[in-house]
Amino acid sequence: MVTDIKFINVSVDYRTGPLHSKNVLDNISLHIKPGTFTAVVGHTGAGKSSLLKTMNGLVIPKKGMVKIGDYSISNQPNQSLKNIRKRVGMVFQFPESQIFAETVEKDICFGPLNFGISPREAKEIARRVIKNVGLEPSCLHKSPFSLSGGEKRRVAIAGILAMNPEVLVLDEPGAGLDPAGKKEILSLLEKWNKKYRMTTIMVTHEMDDVARYADDVIVMEKGKIVFHGDVTSFFSDVERIKSWKLDLPETLKFQLELEQQTGIRLPEKCLTPEKLANALIEVGLV
Amino acid sequence: MNKLLLGRYIPGDSVVHRLDSRTKLISAVCFIVIIFLANHWQSFLLLWTFTFLTLYLTGIPLNIYIRGVKPFIWLILFAVLMQILFTGGGEIFFQWGPVTISELGMINGLNAFFRFTLIIFISTVVTLTTKPVELTDAIYFLVKPLKVFRLPVEEISIMLTIALRFIPNLFEETRKIIDAQKARGTEFGKGSVFQQMKTLVPVFLPLFVNSLNRAEDLANAMEARGFRPDMKRSSFRQFHWKWQDSFTIGILVLLTASIILIGLYE
Repeated sequence: MVTDIKFINVSVDYRTGPLHSKNVLDNISLHIKPGTFTAVVGHTGAGKSSLLKTMNGLVIPKKGMVKIGDYSISNQPNQSLKNIRKRVGMVFQFPESQIFAETVEKDICFGPLNFGISPREAKEIARRVIKNVGLEPSCLHKSPFSLSGGEKRRVAIAGILAMNPEVLVLDEPGAGLDPAGKKEILSLLEKWNKKYRMTTIMVTHEMDDVARYADDVIVMEKGKIVFHGDVTSFFSDVERIKSWKLDLPETLKFQLELEQQTGIRLPEKCLTPEKLANALIEVGLV
Repeated sequence: MNKLLLGRYIPGDSVVHRLDSRTKLISAVCFIVIIFLANHWQSFLLLWTFTFLTLYLTGIPLNIYIRGVKPFIWLILFAVLMQILFTGGGEIFFQWGPVTISELGMINGLNAFFRFTLIIFISTVVTLTTKPVELTDAIYFLVKPLKVFRLPVEEISIMLTIALRFIPNLFEETRKIIDAQKARGTEFGKGSVFQQMKTLVPVFLPLFVNSLNRAEDLANAMEARGFRPDMKRSSFRQFHWKWQDSFTIGILVLLTASIILIGLYE
């Protein structure tokens, strides 16, 4: 099942305590194609997290409509969000801080049980997804609090995958992990995205990750979407990226510096070290 | 969870914001005491006028204060109802066993309602316009004399500061965890009481775990920066008594005197 996401003129207000922020999402229309890996970038407070929460029905739009496949969310009382939440798996920032059960298995089963899956089936799912996130099944009976940071995060993500979502939305899944742990998690995401055609949306600050993993990029500024397109066209205009005050991937930085110092132009914008190496060989620099 | 207003600070630059935190604390305590001395409509008129004037001076919209009363509305109604139903005296309108609805009961009920709302309004003014740290500074200042009785005043004050400082974090985190468990299919506020209690475990457990971890981090950070509990500490924030503070205290003295006089002569 491959699911797409549509935002039709969505505006969202946000309330924290006595403070009321208006239009954290400001009249957004958007179509995320089924099966794509989309990176959402932008500054703090641009509305990235609100965009993700709206996809999950944790924030209800004040105006407009959100469509997840055949289901929709709009500003009306008593709508059932369970169908949406089952289909959209949401991984929060530092998801390991929501782990609560005494064993890994119980924590992973929490989601499926909430959605009415039998305990026996839930345990089977747990055994399957724990392997999917690259942990040993023997982990299942350990206390989640005895695991390392990276392992805990994988358990938390496994807890979401166990709900068998069609869309996976993640808020900075790599934040606070060591480079190896981060790479592993992002590679896993990429693998599921390609293998199961799971529509994946990820908020990130790392342009290297955007370059390496994403198909499409959404740039947000002050509650609006200022760019939505594929990675190649996103990185094609360096000046524009700078105007959004975003960083460039390391390889691209290297390429630009090289082109400036030698005057040699490489045939294309290189986003990964492999492509850069090939381009350098092609123009005969190495 | 987000409705609770007590203990939150809204930044601003009003006269009330700029008052010395000691003034605000003493005034609030004094005001709450005289609320209980008041029992004539003239006194309540005076107290309400003072309260609304203060609310106006804070520059914070009135509906925020009214929202602050809302979480307590059942408690208030309960107290009012008790007064109305079980106080006799004056003209009696209705009687059934121990239940009497009388003139005095009605008046007492109204007074109870006034007292509760006034207390909530005034204490919300203090917490909304004073930074929690300034409030603990004031508490520290006022209880300092108790050191004579070997009360560990400094420790209590630092504990209060830390506790207050982390209230917003706890709120924020509770909200995040609730969201996260909702995303995993928990439906809060549905089903039987027992089921609802069960949905709270996945919220409170991570909250406790995270708080304990944070407490340890904080203790280490404080120690790394040289904190010792039994040392004499200087203070980064200094109190500055201004004429506005003397003026406020003066107003409160006048208010207290008027309430007492109304009580004596009415």
